[in-house]
Amino acid sequence: MDEATAGGLRIAVLVKHVPDAQFDRHISGDDLTTVRTESILSELDEYALEAALQLVEANGGAAGGHRVTAITMGPAAAVNAVKKSLQIGADDGVHLTDEALTGSDASATSRALAALLRHLGPFDLVLTGMASTDGETSLVPAQLAERLALPQVTFAASLELTHEDGGWKLVARRDNDTFAETIEAPLPALVSVTDQINEPRYPNFKGIMAAKKKQIQVLSLADVGLQPDEVGFAGSWTKVEAAAPRPPRSQGTVITDEGDAGIRLVDFLAGQKLL
Amino acid sequence: MTTVLVFLDHPGASLAKSERELLSLGASLGEVAVALADEAGPAYLDGVGSYGVREYYRPETGAVSEVLVAGKAAFLAEAVRASGAGVVLLGNAYESKEIAARLGVRLGAGVITDVVALDSDLTATKSDFAGSYTVNCRVTTDVSILTVKPNSFEAVEAGPPSTPREVPVPVELPHAVARVIGRVDKPVSGRPDLSEARVIVAGGRGVNGDFGPLEELADALGGAVGASRAATDAGWIEHSAQIGQTGKTVSPQLYISAGISGAIQQKAGMQTSKVIVAINKDADSPVFEIADFGIVGDLFTVLPQATDEIRKRGL
Ligand SMILES: Cc1cc2nc3c(=O)[nH]c(=O)nc-3n(C[C@H](O)[C@H](O)[C@H](O)COP(=O)(O)OP(=O)(O)OC[C@H]3O[C@@H](n4cnc5c(N)ncnc54)[C@H](O)[C@@H]3O)c2cc1C
Repeated sequence: MDEATAGGLRIAVLVKHVPDAQFDRHISGDDLTTVRTESILSELDEYALEAALQLVEANGGAAGGHRVTAITMGPAAAVNAVKKSLQIGADDGVHLTDEALTGSDASATSRALAALLRHLGPFDLVLTGMASTDGETSLVPAQLAERLALPQVTFAASLELTHEDGGWKLVARRDNDTFAETIEAPLPALVSVTDQINEPRYPNFKGIMAAKKKQIQVLSLADVGLQPDEVGFAGSWTKVEAAAPRPPRSQGTVITDEGDAGIRLVDFLAGQKLL
Repeated sequence: MTTVLVFLDHPGASLAKSERELLSLGASLGEVAVALADEAGPAYLDGVGSYGVREYYRPETGAVSEVLVAGKAAFLAEAVRASGAGVVLLGNAYESKEIAARLGVRLGAGVITDVVALDSDLTATKSDFAGSYTVNCRVTTDVSILTVKPNSFEAVEAGPPSTPREVPVPVELPHAVARVIGRVDKPVSGRPDLSEARVIVAGGRGVNGDFGPLEELADALGGAVGASRAATDAGWIEHSAQIGQTGKTVSPQLYISAGISGAIQQKAGMQTSKVIVAINKDADSPVFEIADFGIVGDLFTVLPQATDEIRKRGL
């Protein structure tokens, strides 16, 4: 085994604790931040975790000395996203938590995560979901890549690592409306993955028991060398001024087909001037 | 007067509707300049000029587009500096959002995505939590970067064609980059683009592999065909047709949902459609909760009958 494999891959997976989309989700009236009760590990991050585990398995498994670290930032409860990741198969976890992080927009979030990754690093690969299921902006992965000066592949629908000439290289596929492209990048790199890339596994009993013995490192802003005003509301470059629940769509007419529903549909469309 | 820099990715033969919307929005905010990472033909440039644009920025090096979004973001940052722009407008495709994201870090500027309305003081409106909240937000830095959803702003009439002046900008490419090593073009369908379509007929698991009746209705209505994830996962239709949380968000005038149950992730992509019609065999499907007109019935009889009726009425 040469040096690079002997050392094993270090993979960081970013996991976010987000409100469960199966329930009504709310924005608080006080500070216009997301209400985080009924939260879960973001479904879209499960694909990133699964991708990390599969890459390790495809490249020699635990014996290869590879390590998958689940990383989150957020209030106390956010650690649940890390715990779930450890149950699914991550080796260890990190939780960056600090009052001052409240209200961070994408720019402040990516600043905090970049400082955290620098503090913990170096990593060979940083994996993220394609977007959070709460903010939905998909800005953070690209901003992290920019801040860490990493080659960036976002929205990967497939991902492979190859080891040649003493270095690792990744090959990914991504789809666009008009074309599908194959992308190559040297490691270290940042990749965000779509829900097309794999079928995430569930934690099993063995995994749940094993997770109890795994380490979770808790860090504060000062630990990663950031000042409170660099994150949160103060460190953000955007500001939410108002948030209002959209009035729910009211149910319209529902008819049962009695052989003429297609015609009644056309009548409806004509009435709405949609033809 | 503020300079508004509009980034037009992937210039085609002529200006697309969403590009005209961006240029029109730009013109309502200030003096518009354009940034083009890729080569554009004379007809396209004349079109850009017809919106009052006098200058367009181009990278001095051709390699900008080969290194994915990192190169385009680096170029756009230089174009913002060269033009002194206070507002940057981009489209809302994934790639545009990534470019906007990296540009924000480069310029120390805030980014707002999915903008559907904009006040003159640059307060942006967008929706959150799969369309269940309407949020007003603002960029607090000197430069505002906004990615704008198609169909949200009116494309005003163009003026007479005129060719804007090319301004080359030097760009230093980032050294650690991902490169495109292969590209396969997808066949063009001839139907309108999903994100721009006025009418969308979408199918789910209920179409059972046969999108034929949906395509015929879409053609009769001049619409596009979309799908739920169950249908794209089954391989019945391209993944790019997927509507929802991990697919496209659309807000057409008319969305016809056929054989789709209406799971939260599917609703996420379509519930801001103006009028929603749902056809489903199961009266308890959640899709009926948001439909303006719901039909409990079999899509294989209802859709062909509707298509025939439209043709019969000569509409
Ligand atoms: C992380 C994540 C992201 C997701 N992203 C998306 C997304 O972007 N878009 C998306 O759509 N889904 C998404 N999903 C999946 C989503 O949860 C649902 O599984 C999916 O939308 C179901 O598709 P469907 O309604 O077509 O299928 P089903 O739920 O199986 O519903 C099929 C419906 O067809 C009806 N039907 C059957 N035959 C007929 C007939 N002949 N005539 C009329 N009706 C008939 C049935 O009554 C049923 O209601 C996502 C899921 C996850 C976990």
